[in-house]
Amino acid sequence: MDQTTLNIIVVGLSFALYFGIAIWARAGSTSEFYAAGRGVNPVVNGMATAADWMSAASFISMAGLIAFVGYQNSTFLMGWTGGYVLMAMLLAPYLRKFGKFTVPEFIGDRYYSNTARVVAVISLIIISVTYVIGQMTGAGVAFSRFLEVSSTNGLLIASAVVFVYAVLGGMKGITYTQVAQYCVLIVAYTIPAIFISLQLTGNPIPGLGLFSDMSAGNTGQGTPLLVTLDGLLTDLGFSAYTTGSSPWLMALFTLSLMIGTAGLPHVIIRFFTVPKVADARWSAGWALVFIALLYLTAPAVGAMARLNITTTMWPEGVQGEAVAVEDLPNWFETWQVTGLLGVEDKNGDGRIQYYNDSSEEMQALAAERGWEGNELVTFNRDILVLANPEIAQLPGWVIALIAAGGIAAALSTAAGLLLAISSAISHDLIKSVINPGISEKGELVAARISMAGAIVLATWLGLNPPGFAAQTVALAFGLAAASLFPTLMMGIFSKRMNSAGATAGMLAGLILTCLYLFTYLGWFFIPGTNMLENTASNYLFGIPPTHFGPIGAVANFLVAYLVSRVTAEPPQHIQELVESVRIPRGAGAATDH
Amino acid sequence: MAEKPNNNAYWAANIRLVTICLVIWALVSYGFAILLRPMLSGIAVGGTDLGFWFAQQGSILVFLVLIFFYAWRMNKIDKEHGVEEE
Repeated sequence: MDQTTLNIIVVGLSFALYFGIAIWARAGSTSEFYAAGRGVNPVVNGMATAADWMSAASFISMAGLIAFVGYQNSTFLMGWTGGYVLMAMLLAPYLRKFGKFTVPEFIGDRYYSNTARVVAVISLIIISVTYVIGQMTGAGVAFSRFLEVSSTNGLLIASAVVFVYAVLGGMKGITYTQVAQYCVLIVAYTIPAIFISLQLTGNPIPGLGLFSDMSAGNTGQGTPLLVTLDGLLTDLGFSAYTTGSSPWLMALFTLSLMIGTAGLPHVIIRFFTVPKVADARWSAGWALVFIALLYLTAPAVGAMARLNITTTMWPEGVQGEAVAVEDLPNWFETWQVTGLLGVEDKNGDGRIQYYNDSSEEMQALAAERGWEGNELVTFNRDILVLANPEIAQLPGWVIALIAAGGIAAALSTAAGLLLAISSAISHDLIKSVINPGISEKGELVAARISMAGAIVLATWLGLNPPGFAAQTVALAFGLAAASLFPTLMMGIFSKRMNSAGATAGMLAGLILTCLYLFTYLGWFFIPGTNMLENTASNYLFGIPPTHFGPIGAVANFLVAYLVSRVTAEPPQHIQELVESVRIPRGAGAATDH
Repeated sequence: MAEKPNNNAYWAANIRLVTICLVIWALVSYGFAILLRPMLSGIAVGGTDLGFWFAQQGSILVFLVLIFFYAWRMNKIDKEHGVEEE
C-alpha cells in the first residue's frame, strides 16, 4: 500500500470517530450548545482544553521555532504555558462561578453596560477571527502535503468536517471531539520523538534525552547532546543553541504571550463546562498537564531534528567533506517536492555545503575551501516535525499518524474559536442587545446559524487570507492582553471598578495596541501603508509590535483606574455580584440560566 | 449581610495565596530562566546551565505544581471559611 493511501485511511478513520462523537453528543439546549450542559469532568475538560489550545502552530511549527533559534525562543514555551497560571488563579474559577455562557456576557453584566459588552464582542471577534484563519490554512496545508489534494480542497474538506460536529453538537460535540483529537495529536507527536531520542541518546523520554549524553554510534558519542549541537552549529557559523541576547525583550515577549494566553476567550469558555468552581481550579491544572506532555517534548524534537539534519549534511563531521548529492537520504527527495526543503549545488562539486554564509568567518573559510554559498537553500522550520518519522526511519503508519495529528490540532482549535465567535454573536449580540425576548429554542437556532455563518466566513478568509492573518502573535495575543484580560481581572478583583472606567480602559488598550501595530505593520495590515519601517531602530523604547501586549494592558489598567476614580461607584447590586463571584458557594444554583 | 466579615477573611486568604504563587511563577520564568540566568550559569545541567533548563522545562514543571497546589489549598480554604459548594 502506498503512503498516500495509508494516510487517507488513517485520516479517514479519525474523521469517522469525530462524526460518531458528534452524533452521540448532539446539543439539545442552549446550555448544552454553549457550555456542554456544565457536566464535563475536570480531567476530560483539561484534555479538551489542551486540544482547544494547541493549534496547528503548536503541533507543526513550534519545534522548528525553537530549533532554529534555540534558547532565545524558549519564550514561546514559557509564555504559552505560564498563561495558565494566571488563568487558573485570576480568572477561570470566578468566571465559572458567575455561571453564564460567554466572556462578553461577564463584561456586559458586571459593568452593567451594553457598550462594554459590544466593545468586548468586537475584541473577541478580532482575536478569534485572526486566530481561526491560521487554523483553516494550517489544515489545508496538512491535507495537501499528506493526502495529495490541493490546499483549497483540503481547506474545504476541513470546513465541512468542522461544520458537521460544531453545528450539530455545539460545545458538547466540540468537547468530546477535542478529547479524541487530543489523543490523536499527542500520540502522533510523541512516537517519532521517542524513537529519535532513543537513537541519539538511548533515553526513551525525549525531555530527558535533551539533557543526556550522545549514545554510542552517534556524532559526539559520550558528550552531552546540547554540547554536540552547540559545537556543530558554531563550527558552521550559526549562533550557539544555548545562548541568547537581550534578556529584557525576552522577558517582555514572554509576558505578552502569558497575559495574552490568559485572556483568550476560546480557552476561558472551556472552564464554563465543568460542574463546580473547585472543578475549574483542578481542570486548569489538568489542562496544563496535557499541554506539558507536548511542550516538554517540543524542545527535544527541535534540538534533535536540527542535530540530525546537520549531521546528515556533514556525515564526516564539519571538518570533513559535505554530503554528496547522490547520498542524500530518500526523505530529502520527498520533501523537496513540497518546497519545504531545497538544495542547489552552487559550486558544482557534487556535494551540498550547509553553513551560515552571512557569517564573515565562514566567508573566509568558504573562499579557502571553494564553497560558493549555503547550498541547503530552503529549510522550512515546519519540516522538523513533518519529516520527523522519515528522519527516524519509522514505518508508514507513523507518517499517517502525523498527518492525522496535524489535522486534529488544526480542527480542534478551529472548532473552539468558532464556538467563541458564534456564541458572542447569538448570545451577546442577538439575545442580549438586539432581541432580548428571543425564546430558548429561537436562540438555539440562532446559535446554529451563527456557527454556520462563522464557518463560512472563516473558510472564505482562509481561501483569501487578508494581511492580518499572518499577525496572530501580534494581533490576537496583543489584543487579548490589552483589552480582555485586564477588564476581566478588574471585574473580579476591584469592587470599585465601574462601567465608565472599564469601557474607557478597554478602548484605550484596544486602540493603543492597534495603533502601535498599524504604525509598523501598515494600516489594517495593508502592506506599504506603515508610517515607520518595521525595524528595531524605529521602535518606541525598542519594543517590537509583537511585544506590545503588556504595554497595552498597563494602559488599560491605568485609564480604567483613573476614570473610575472620578466617576460614580458601581450600584449596590453590582458590588453584591462581585462579592458572590468571589466565593464558590452557590455555583450549582447559577447553572440554570 | 451577617457573613461579611467571614468573607473578607476568606478573600484576604485567597489574595495571600495567589500572591505567593505568582511570586514563584515570576521568579522561575522571568527570574531563573531569563534575567537571573547569568547568576545561575555556574550550575551545570546536561551540558548547559540551570537557566537554560528552567527556560525549556523547569518553569513549565513549576507552573504545573503551582496550579495543583493552588487548587488543593484553595479548596481547603473554602471549607475553613464555610464557603465551599454544597
